[in-house]
Amino acid sequence: MTRVFISRDSASLSLGAARIATVIAEEASARSLTLEIVSTGSRGLFWLEPLVEVETPEGRIAYGPLTTSDVGSLFDSAFLTGAEHPLRLGRLEEQPCLARQQRLTFARCGIVDPLSVADYRAHGGYAGLERALALEPQAIVDEVKRSGLRGRGGAGFPTGIKWDTVLHAEADRKYIVCNADEGDSGTFGDRMLMEGDPFSLIEGMTIAGLAVGATKGYVYIRSEYPYAYRIMTQAIELATRAGYLGPSVLGSGRAFTLETRLGAGAYICGEETSLLESLEGKRGMIRAKPPLPAVKGLFGKPTVVNNVLSLATVPWILAHGGQAYADFGMGRSRGTLPIQLAGNVKRGGLIELAFGTTLREIVEDFGGGTATGRPVKAVQVGGPLGAYFPASLLDLPLDYEALAAEKGMLGHGGIVVFDDTVDLAQQARFAFEFCAAESCGKCTPCRVGAVRGVEVMDRIIAGIEPEKNFEVLDDLCTLMTDASLCAMGGLTPVPVLSALTHFPEDFDKAPRFPAAAE
Amino acid sequence: MPRFVEWDEARAREIIAAHASLEGPVLPILHALLEEFGYIPEEAVAVVASDLNLSRAEIHGTISFYHDFRRKPAGKHVLKLCRAEACQSMNGPRLARDLLVKLGIDWGETTVDGVLTVEGVYCLGLCACAPSALYDDEPVGRLDGERLDALVRKARGS
Repeated sequence: MTRVFISRDSASLSLGAARIATVIAEEASARSLTLEIVSTGSRGLFWLEPLVEVETPEGRIAYGPLTTSDVGSLFDSAFLTGAEHPLRLGRLEEQPCLARQQRLTFARCGIVDPLSVADYRAHGGYAGLERALALEPQAIVDEVKRSGLRGRGGAGFPTGIKWDTVLHAEADRKYIVCNADEGDSGTFGDRMLMEGDPFSLIEGMTIAGLAVGATKGYVYIRSEYPYAYRIMTQAIELATRAGYLGPSVLGSGRAFTLETRLGAGAYICGEETSLLESLEGKRGMIRAKPPLPAVKGLFGKPTVVNNVLSLATVPWILAHGGQAYADFGMGRSRGTLPIQLAGNVKRGGLIELAFGTTLREIVEDFGGGTATGRPVKAVQVGGPLGAYFPASLLDLPLDYEALAAEKGMLGHGGIVVFDDTVDLAQQARFAFEFCAAESCGKCTPCRVGAVRGVEVMDRIIAGIEPEKNFEVLDDLCTLMTDASLCAMGGLTPVPVLSALTHFPEDFDKAPRFPAAAE
Repeated sequence: MPRFVEWDEARAREIIAAHASLEGPVLPILHALLEEFGYIPEEAVAVVASDLNLSRAEIHGTISFYHDFRRKPAGKHVLKLCRAEACQSMNGPRLARDLLVKLGIDWGETTVDGVLTVEGVYCLGLCACAPSALYDDEPVGRLDGERLDALVRKARGS
């Protein structure tokens, strides 16, 4: 029976993939043809979606982007044999946008059935866990250290060192917590991976458990991702039933169980200590550090808190060796980075590449410029707390240190493109507005500073006493940077000051008013 | 769209009991109450607090901290429109403004016929298909005025 693959990723669904699947099934039955529709995750080439792939002796042949009215002509052209059609794309692996990528973390995403353990195994899954089961905990930690893997959530802290701390912490109980509270605008890699290859996250968390001596793990998923939550929950049930999770993982006598937990619409819960508070059932107020969660984390126990993509990369590292992973990348940024290209861009999607690719290659070569066809004015890298860079800085390489040197950050690898209609003063105002809405309220610089920031920006935008207000803005940004308890308040000045540094003209558009006009 | 039931203390206690053995049960319980009743009624605070042996202040504090735990019923359908940067870059703010004007409501409000609540949300992870929204649990990408109008018609028609 011919197998037809259609993505059930949320983004694919948002473009009508479910409707296409239904129409294909109806059309097949009307023509008395038998086919099996396999739901996969997405390949991350969203400008080609909705997309359908057909299994043929030459490989999977893709057709897209489709509308429901194309389905009839696909059948007329015998697409089930991989035949010609105006929308035929051929093998996606041969498309330059995919052929040029180095997919390690996302190797299976969009290819396998996310809810089939057998499919996962057939594509190399669980090789890492099998190797880990034969290793001493310290040897697993050392392998991860050797890989140079750094936290993909944004902070970029070396994963192996974090694990080492938890391994050597004395406690009756330890936890693995996966931070799947992917709140940064312009990022969707965690969501795609959980929807497209959930077992890789489960395997990574299990390896982490074996490495540090934890027997229980939680995946904290934001409520804006209802579909990812459902898939993860189902995948955990399937893995438990197949013996990959439970009181004795693969009969090893070592226990590891997993549970999904749903966030409740608070951006701050992506901050690790706030996430732990939330898991404990409290307000998501951040905790002062130290103590680090690795020493005193969930319910006061030593806890590994890692991002989805960090954990989902661990199986590859264990299966292929830490050195093989470290062979990718540049400087102190080793391995690959799943880049999420979004916003006003022609070809947005998931691009996994070794560290060191320039912004220009991503935005122009992969992205094809703006969707509106207008010039690129700014790109924001690293989410709402990341910097706005002008087109003149597009030759920056994507590397933790290189972006930090330009007063920006890589964050979770999201890149949002803006055309020349964007007003960076408004974006700076938004940065404060967002912080005011999402601050946990624990520390004053963030809680009050964000509100003051909106007020100051409103005055600057209105042209009221700009010199004085620029001074206040500068002072406010220094205070928030230096005195906030966590990255939310501490990094809100990054988008603001980058906008001001690179686009000063946007801050000086209004006619000037004297103070009395206020 | 789930059909919500009227507040019922006995039912609430069953839900609480079903989750009480979890570690950190408060959020799962509040989500379950939300799914059952469509909102977290004021009466629920005391019930959850007493059953978990926590203070009412702690439960009230948790409920009021999170955007999801609405304390009043929403309209029959909920449209969550993304207000974050990627959607801003694709004309999201203007679309949202036009829609709210057309419906005669502000963010977080429900149309007078009780059919549609429009809420702002910061990112749905559909950033390569911006602007985007979540209509009940259904993701909608590449929004434009026409698609939004169709969603409103759908809400009113069902």
